[in-house]
Amino acid sequence: MTSSPVEIEGLRVVRAGQEVLRGIDAELPAGVITGLLGPSGSGKSTLMRAIVGVQRITGGRVTVLGRPAGSPPLRRLVGYSTQTPAVYQDLTLTENLRYFAAVRGDDPADAGRVLDLVGLSRYAHRLAGELSGGELGRASLAVALLGQSRLLVLDEPTVGLDPVLRGELWDLFHRLAGTGVTMLISSHVMDEASRCDQLLLMRDGAVLAQDSPAGLIRRTGAADTEQAFIRLVRDGRQEVAS
Amino acid sequence: MTVTVTLATARRVLDQLRHDHRTAALLLVFPTVLMVLLRYVFDAPERFDRIAPALLGIFPFTVMFLVTSVATLRERRSGTLERLMTMPMGRLDFLLGYGLAFGLVALVQVSLVTAVTVGLLGLDVAGPVWLLLLIAVLDALLGTALGLAVSAFARTEFQAVQFLAVVALPQVLLGGLFVARDQMAALLRWVSDALPLSYAIAAMRLVTGSADAPAELWRDIVIVAGASLLALALGAATLRRQSG
Repeated sequence: MTSSPVEIEGLRVVRAGQEVLRGIDAELPAGVITGLLGPSGSGKSTLMRAIVGVQRITGGRVTVLGRPAGSPPLRRLVGYSTQTPAVYQDLTLTENLRYFAAVRGDDPADAGRVLDLVGLSRYAHRLAGELSGGELGRASLAVALLGQSRLLVLDEPTVGLDPVLRGELWDLFHRLAGTGVTMLISSHVMDEASRCDQLLLMRDGAVLAQDSPAGLIRRTGAADTEQAFIRLVRDGRQEVAS
Repeated sequence: MTVTVTLATARRVLDQLRHDHRTAALLLVFPTVLMVLLRYVFDAPERFDRIAPALLGIFPFTVMFLVTSVATLRERRSGTLERLMTMPMGRLDFLLGYGLAFGLVALVQVSLVTAVTVGLLGLDVAGPVWLLLLIAVLDALLGTALGLAVSAFARTEFQAVQFLAVVALPQVLLGGLFVARDQMAALLRWVSDALPLSYAIAAMRLVTGSADAPAELWRDIVIVAGASLLALALGAATLRRQSG
């Protein structure tokens, strides 16, 4: 029996009396880009935090690479970037990356490789605080790419980028998936859905649908993913394709 | 805990300071400037001799408390701490990394202020100077450890700065700087006995006042070190890998 790198069963998160995740069931297959789509406040970031093991969960189970999410052996195998750029503004990009590489136990020389991947090599010795918002976001993404992670959890990595850069990053994500890395990428922009192999649509802390972009459009008879989302909400069909 | 991660963290904290010239300068030079100011405000060597030793203990404590509480609050709020918690970073690595970095900064800060206070301003230090430095570094570590612990209770930088008044000022008032501890009302004396900075100030006075290190001095040093460890443990308890 083969199991997916990430398996989520009945995941519930209650925060301050409010049910933020209401029984999520989902699977992330190996080497596949899963797009996590939904409006702001639908629980995307909370789900991502649960998968990387920093979210206290109320019920259910999250299994990553055969272990409970957040287990010590996973900490070198999972790359994570938060929605807000989590880098030190008063360090240069190289200093940031060398530090995170040291914490992960990766070769410090990896800093150069990941800066190149996100197209920030020429800013290697600039302070992070001097960069624009989009550049800072890419610097934060570079940290998630350090080492040899088997799972990448990226919270809105392309927000605020021009279309050319956005395209380049999606090419990078597909190259990584091609080497067998499992990817979960969130976005609140529906037009990024077509770039994903599989979609996880969320609303109000629940999964609206898990399907391929084409499957979703076929099933709802909609013209595009945005329309499909609207139809799913309208019909109140909370079904999960298997 | 991993030594390489602890050292990498200490180095990173020092690198951040290196890029922030203004903070670095304030940290290193300002206590010395205050001490010079104090010497000429009092304008009488015997009065300066009475207050300067206590301040040598209070400066590193307050400065490190403030810097650490704001720095760790920034880590909590910017997401860097959460990111580190998804990596193979132990809570002790984080705490000791900060302790090590700010301990080193405190050593430089205190060496500078001591050199100026003893060399230029004429403070008499009867005991060994290395012991004075040791006490000052322990005071700084106490400030760092308390700052780490308190940053968990502050939601904003405004609150973190206010905590300086809450945690440090009562200790300064009750530590025997203005009124000798044995002249305080019994209740205040009890509170004073429970505050670690009282022992830090007493230790500073003992090392500047007597040539041989009396047993009381060592007792005070052990208490300050113990309080630092306790505060570090409290800080560790507030660093959670998972949050709500």
